[in-house]
Amino acid sequence: MTELTLDGLITIMRECAGEDEAVDLDGGVEDTPFDELGYDSLALMEAASRVGRDYGVDLPEDALGRVRTPGEFLTLVNDRLAAVTAAGGAL
Amino acid sequence: MSRTVVTGIGVIAPTGLTLPEHWSATLRGENRIDRISLFDPERYPSRLAGEVRGFVPAERVPGRLVPQTDRMTRFAIAAADGAFADAAVDTTGLSPLEMGVVTANSSGGFDFGQRELQNLHANSPKHVSAYMSFAWFYAVNSGQLSIRHNLRGPAGVLVAEQAGGLAAVAQARRRVRAGTRVVLTGGVDSPLCPYGLAALMAGGRLSTRDDPRTAYLPFDADAAGQVPGEGGALLVVEEAEAARARGARVYGQIAGYGATFDPRPGSGRPPNLRRAIEVALDDAEAAPADIGVVFADAAAVPELDRVEADALAAVFGPRGVPVTAPKAGTGRLSSGAAPLDLVGALLTLREGSIPPTANTTVDPGYGIDLVVGAPRPVEATAALVVARGVGGFNTAMVVRTESRTGRNPR
Repeated sequence: MTELTLDGLITIMRECAGEDEAVDLDGGVEDTPFDELGYDSLALMEAASRVGRDYGVDLPEDALGRVRTPGEFLTLVNDRLAAVTAAGGAL
Repeated sequence: MSRTVVTGIGVIAPTGLTLPEHWSATLRGENRIDRISLFDPERYPSRLAGEVRGFVPAERVPGRLVPQTDRMTRFAIAAADGAFADAAVDTTGLSPLEMGVVTANSSGGFDFGQRELQNLHANSPKHVSAYMSFAWFYAVNSGQLSIRHNLRGPAGVLVAEQAGGLAAVAQARRRVRAGTRVVLTGGVDSPLCPYGLAALMAGGRLSTRDDPRTAYLPFDADAAGQVPGEGGALLVVEEAEAARARGARVYGQIAGYGATFDPRPGSGRPPNLRRAIEVALDDAEAAPADIGVVFADAAAVPELDRVEADALAAVFGPRGVPVTAPKAGTGRLSSGAAPLDLVGALLTLREGSIPPTANTTVDPGYGIDLVVGAPRPVEATAALVVARGVGGFNTAMVVRTESRTGRNPR
């Protein structure tokens, strides 16, 4: 299963939640909190839903609620993906 | 009683994306009704509409708001920006609790809602946007404008089809009288998606003609129903003395309002539109002779045109006041229609020129003096706007400009 990259996540955020004109999303934002990037919890839900569909991985709401930065989001997604792969793609 | 005045206007309409563009097209009596281009209308019995053309969301709406907004909300965001810029009010100096927003709505975010319902039924709940949680609500325009402009005082939405457009402005006036410093009000709608059009068709009033020049002919012997449109207007209203104190440019006063409800069908009792007009005049302390022009509801359904013509004749006398319906050139803008007519009424009084009713040849049997063909000069300080909503809503509003002799309005 393909890993979600920072570029991939940023593309998804742009497509499904838009982009704050005051923010540079291409400037190495892995550790920048989502709220400083202009994204609220609903934007994260929307992105999580899209990632869930595109990557075939389910992101639990409680885990998503603890995610503060794109880097943490990637860790959550890619850990789940690794678990799916380890379980033979049937988590 | 304090006076409530209009100090800012923002317009997004088939006639234009700015107030000057809208007004010049309206004065020219241009017909902006055309075949629907937003989707293929071929399979629908009604295929015409007054669309807003040339609106580019990325140019008028912040990037973060584009994915979470219906077409109508994007229009509302652009119109509100226009209204606040026009009012030149420095909201940073005000408490957010002193500013409110009351809009009308009729369609909801149907285009957004249709897309997400299709995602639900064709795929799964997981394919439905999280923004569906609010993007299709009637109240979403008020909500998004409240957030965007930090308007944390009184807020609300009025839903009464076309009549809601005046009801919202009347509610804004109540809030100003109760002490709210600035209220954003009016209405913007867009029912032009298959779901919205189907809902309107179910109402049974839409024209099925394909000729844009004959599809919507209010007060014409050849009237054959209505054409929908999209867009509307948002207004910044304030208390008159406060507006004067900050040196605001004032378009005019929201001087009087009347609202009535019709008896149930088949009751045998007469319709109550006349009484709504009389209540609005009384509220404005205006005599019929003070009114220089009426912006009509203009249903283009013969029995409804008759009711309106009779009400106007009863109040003003036969052919007793110039009547116009610029919406004949744009289609009916749901909750956006009456706020756009308020704008028309205010500009007519300011500039002394009544915009004509496009396309229509008036049936003399209606006994109204309809302005057609070209703008007509007028010198007056008060105008009346009539708006009816499907289901029996009747509303009327009087707007007034400062007396040209410098005296205070009555």
